[in-house]
Amino acid sequence: MPNKIPRVPVREQDPLVRAKNFEEVCYGYNAEEAQLEASRCLHCKNPRCVGACPVSIKIPEFIGKVLAGDFRGAAGVIAEDSSLPAVCGRVCPQESQCEGSCILGIKGEPVAIGKLERFVADWSHANGGSGAVVPAPNGHKVAVVGSGPAGLACASDLAKWGYSVTIFEALHKAGGVLEYGIPEFRLPKEKVLAKELEEVKRLGVKIETNVIIGRTVTIDALMDKEGFEAVFIGSGAGLPKFMGIPGENLNGVFSANEFLTRNNLMKAFREDYLTPIHAGKKVCVVGGGNVAMDAARTALRLGAEVHVVYRRTEVELPARVEEVHHAKEEGIVFDMLTNPVEVLGDEKGWVRALRCVRMQLGEPDESGRRSPVAIPGSEFEIPTETVIMALGTSPNPLISKTTAGLDVTRRGCLVADETGATTRRGVFAGGDAVTGAATVILAMGAGRTAAKAIDDYIKTL
Amino acid sequence: MYEILKKEMLTPTICRMKLSAPRLAAAARPGQFLIVRADEKGERIPLTISDYDAQAGTVTIVTQKIGASSADIIAYEEGEGFADVVGPLGLPSEFVEMAHEKLAGQRYILIAGGVGTAPVYPQAKWLKEHGIPVDVIIGAKTRDLLIYVEEMRGVCDNLFICTDDGSEGFKGMGTHMLEHVVSEGHQYTQAVIIGPMIMMKFTTMTCRKLGIPATVSLNTLMVDGTGMCGACRVSVGGKTRFACVEGPEFDGYEVDFDEAMRRQGQYKAEEAEANEKHVCKIGRGK
Repeated sequence: MPNKIPRVPVREQDPLVRAKNFEEVCYGYNAEEAQLEASRCLHCKNPRCVGACPVSIKIPEFIGKVLAGDFRGAAGVIAEDSSLPAVCGRVCPQESQCEGSCILGIKGEPVAIGKLERFVADWSHANGGSGAVVPAPNGHKVAVVGSGPAGLACASDLAKWGYSVTIFEALHKAGGVLEYGIPEFRLPKEKVLAKELEEVKRLGVKIETNVIIGRTVTIDALMDKEGFEAVFIGSGAGLPKFMGIPGENLNGVFSANEFLTRNNLMKAFREDYLTPIHAGKKVCVVGGGNVAMDAARTALRLGAEVHVVYRRTEVELPARVEEVHHAKEEGIVFDMLTNPVEVLGDEKGWVRALRCVRMQLGEPDESGRRSPVAIPGSEFEIPTETVIMALGTSPNPLISKTTAGLDVTRRGCLVADETGATTRRGVFAGGDAVTGAATVILAMGAGRTAAKAIDDYIKTL
Repeated sequence: MYEILKKEMLTPTICRMKLSAPRLAAAARPGQFLIVRADEKGERIPLTISDYDAQAGTVTIVTQKIGASSADIIAYEEGEGFADVVGPLGLPSEFVEMAHEKLAGQRYILIAGGVGTAPVYPQAKWLKEHGIPVDVIIGAKTRDLLIYVEEMRGVCDNLFICTDDGSEGFKGMGTHMLEHVVSEGHQYTQAVIIGPMIMMKFTTMTCRKLGIPATVSLNTLMVDGTGMCGACRVSVGGKTRFACVEGPEFDGYEVDFDEAMRRQGQYKAEEAEANEKHVCKIGRGK
């Protein structure tokens, strides 16, 4: 019988302490806590959580093994469907996926599936890894463009089926957005991400860094000269958006991408690295998604007073509830129903204030959210040293521009069918490069779907 | 690791290195650049490509010691290597992809300032190889800072040297040299200017006065070099452009140089602090 206890709380770093460091916010469960939480699972006959997981992890099965104390067995169950469990346990929006569909959530709190996944993955990394073996090669070569969630998921599945897979990464470190975008305090790089990458490499996947597909080498050359029979493009959505308001090129206005890349990939927060970063005394972050929360909380840790400026209300914030909650606990100020109209500079060309207008919610737009409307005559200034634009990103055109026969949508996204097949034979795509900016787990799901399609395609050759 | 096959000091502060980077060497074209990260803790530094050899799998870079990061690069020796070398980045020079009929009627003047002389070299070489008339002006503060003089002589029709102090060649800046050359009857359909931002600004003004279209190569700040960070944004013709993927070459007449210069200095305060703390690696006990 399941245990009718409340959801086991997870230990976290004190907000006032963590606001000054880059250590991980959440400590995760220990074995005892994990087993207690696992005892809450009802083991539904038709587990809705599995259907709600984009990579269909056999959730009740792994939770059963946790309850039995068979943590290695639990890791094995997860590994069948996910190559990045320690990452997903930390950054997935479980509240709208697995946990959001948990029966226990109807009357009380759902099982803490994400925290259990994280526990199992961390335990596995600390105890020698999953022990996966390199399968016998099947003699076929596949190239994967981008080492982010989509590429890693696709490469892992293909490698498990015996394909020789090479991932090409434009930056000097593998991981994509997991490396350059998500901060250390949400996803530790050495302790967690590096270990997951090791697991992927253990399957025989090769990762070649410093190769920009479209510049260093083209898709055509990979297929015609290097013998890759199929290519998966998981190049993400890397281009930052700006608002197009006056003053955006003043000194002190940064894209969230630049700010986060300097701090995460280039480790600006560490004294022993040369990378410069500019936060100053006060920072305004424009936007309300997870990237805005990451930028805001990073600026806070660099010593700034931070305001999040968003044109709708808190209810509409696209960021995960947990991230907003953490940001508030740490002392970040939320200026809602506020929209910037101009960045104002001083005589030297540096930001001195953000000129904003107050908004009110009007009629619902096509996304179903009530669209914000400016209140006439309500303009005011927020004095600030730095402005970080976190307005979303779009796919990089480098690959589509240099590959014949690869169609893109009006928004610059690669055209792909439900299996990931693009308009070019043998070329597949998935993740943010196809959908525009979304989540880690959706990209992984798309990577897995495309891996299956690539396997089917190569078998027909 | 990307091995340093050859290292020479061209002046006491300007260094030339030949690196092993086969994929990059096979893809490089005139006008493009690359990014070097010396070691795990270094910055990603954009540098112009001053030569490339697809057969040998090598690229050549020329670096001037300015801040902590460039000093680190110069401190490396032959046989050692850099953690990362990536590229080619940016678009090739316009003439590389120009239709032959259009290119055939052109007469180029390439105007180089200081360390900007290095990336001018592959451009002159390409034009010369394709039989397009090309003259080159090399300008430097003083004779000891002149680089690529002999190499350049072999890849252009006329080479004009000028120094601010007159210690070599014409006494004056590149702008004066250009006016002088044109007054002597040389005619050009296109100028390409590569050097410090301030030099490109004033040389563009001179070109405008002389009615010569001018292309400039912008050395903006950047992190990834692939369009991701937006640190490199410049105003060209009133529109924001990313120098890393839409440049680095733009129509000089349209570039907002004052904004570009201001943006270049964005991390000056942080860098000054870093320089103070920086432990020089020259002679790091190998």
